[in-house]
Amino acid sequence: MKEFLAQYGSEIAQLLTEHLWLTFAAMVLATAIAVPAGVMLTRRPVWAKPVIGAANILQTIPSLAMFGFLLPLPWLGERAARVAIVALTAYALLPIVRNTYAGIRGIDPSLVEVARALGLTDTQRFFKVELPLAGPFILAGLRTATVTCVGIATIAAAVGAGGLGELIFRGVASVDNRLILAGAIPAALLALACDGALGLVERWARAPGPASGPAA
Amino acid sequence: MNAAIEFRNVNFAPRRGRRLLNGISFEVEEGTTTAVLGRSGSGKTTLLRTVNRMIEPTGGEVLLRGKNVRESDPVALRRGVGYVIQETGLFPHMTALRNVGLVLEAQGRPARDRVRLSEDLLNAVGLEARTFRERYPFELSGGQKQRVGLARALAAQPQVLLMDEPFGALDPLTRAEMQDMLRDLLASLRMTALLVTHDLDEALYLGDRIVLLGDGRLAANMRPEEFLRSRQPDVEAYVQAFHRGEERAVAAPGKSA
Repeated sequence: MKEFLAQYGSEIAQLLTEHLWLTFAAMVLATAIAVPAGVMLTRRPVWAKPVIGAANILQTIPSLAMFGFLLPLPWLGERAARVAIVALTAYALLPIVRNTYAGIRGIDPSLVEVARALGLTDTQRFFKVELPLAGPFILAGLRTATVTCVGIATIAAAVGAGGLGELIFRGVASVDNRLILAGAIPAALLALACDGALGLVERWARAPGPASGPAA
Repeated sequence: MNAAIEFRNVNFAPRRGRRLLNGISFEVEEGTTTAVLGRSGSGKTTLLRTVNRMIEPTGGEVLLRGKNVRESDPVALRRGVGYVIQETGLFPHMTALRNVGLVLEAQGRPARDRVRLSEDLLNAVGLEARTFRERYPFELSGGQKQRVGLARALAAQPQVLLMDEPFGALDPLTRAEMQDMLRDLLASLRMTALLVTHDLDEALYLGDRIVLLGDGRLAANMRPEEFLRSRQPDVEAYVQAFHRGEERAVAAPGKSA
């Protein structure tokens, strides 16, 4: 065990960093797309079904196939990391859009009404009332998406994008369980750590008061 | 004779559904309170909401101090019109102090002014600011929440105050306390108020005039003492509906003994 770590420790650390980077980049992209999209859907609810449906379909594409589809695309295919980030972004969209939309729609309509009646502008209403109240819900979506991405990012190694999946693929190829575990255990721990950390953020963002559910 | 609020032949008929307001005309004099009575669905709330343009009438006009509300920008208009609703509508993620000062915050007033004004208002509605300023709505009783809601409505020093069943959810004793507080406050501020209620007692106690709506029409517009004595059938029916219990108890004195 000790010598295994001595031999692979620095590689694990490096792949972990890559893994984290892929996930982080994808999450930043997905958040930048999906949160505004979710907000827009609350303003134009007729679009909610088709858009969320489309995100849902993206979600059903097997990840290996998704990486494969993206690989031959012009600019994307030049670098494996680009392919991986775009694919992960696609998977992260659904939970974020859905939770943003549902979180804002779930706000007590009388509160939105009062915000208008008090003379808050649309922007003020959004930032002072809707966003803080839907915040925990949106964060829950980010959390789900992040954990999903950490998992799927292991497949990115299949197209040469690096990450902890590399150890797993190598382990499978050489029938070396130690290598598989050397990739799988850090990946699982990373997922748990992200889940825990974002859970804390979510709790901090929740409106004070007795546990009152997401729509409180 | 200054009308703070004037309704001129106000109609509201949504494209689908029945006509909710039908030719309503009356005035609310500066510094007075008009109570709007009527059964559920009579159009009381709809009428109230035409004043701050939460609803745009489909006919007629609403004047605020002589100016058609339609000529005002809705945001500016609403900041000048206090609004209190039954379920308080306090924002659960804000302290009492921030709830009260929210309109000032929206106006971009400096924090120091906001805090000072909000504290004064909390005190004015009977909540000691030092104790209550940092409390969140879930830490307040129903009556206390309603007081915060009232303070919030008054924060921007509105020209008029609109109240929609403000005390409807409170027990009779708390409601009586709130009514006393409100009466003193309205008098000291010389505030013009439009109060929607279905509680006859509340209308009699707080209203300088009582307007009765029935099916979207103005059925009566009277002073409280006229309202009680009126022989107009729909007014009489409304008054009698409130005295049934009393009449029964008086009519059958021996039964419970």
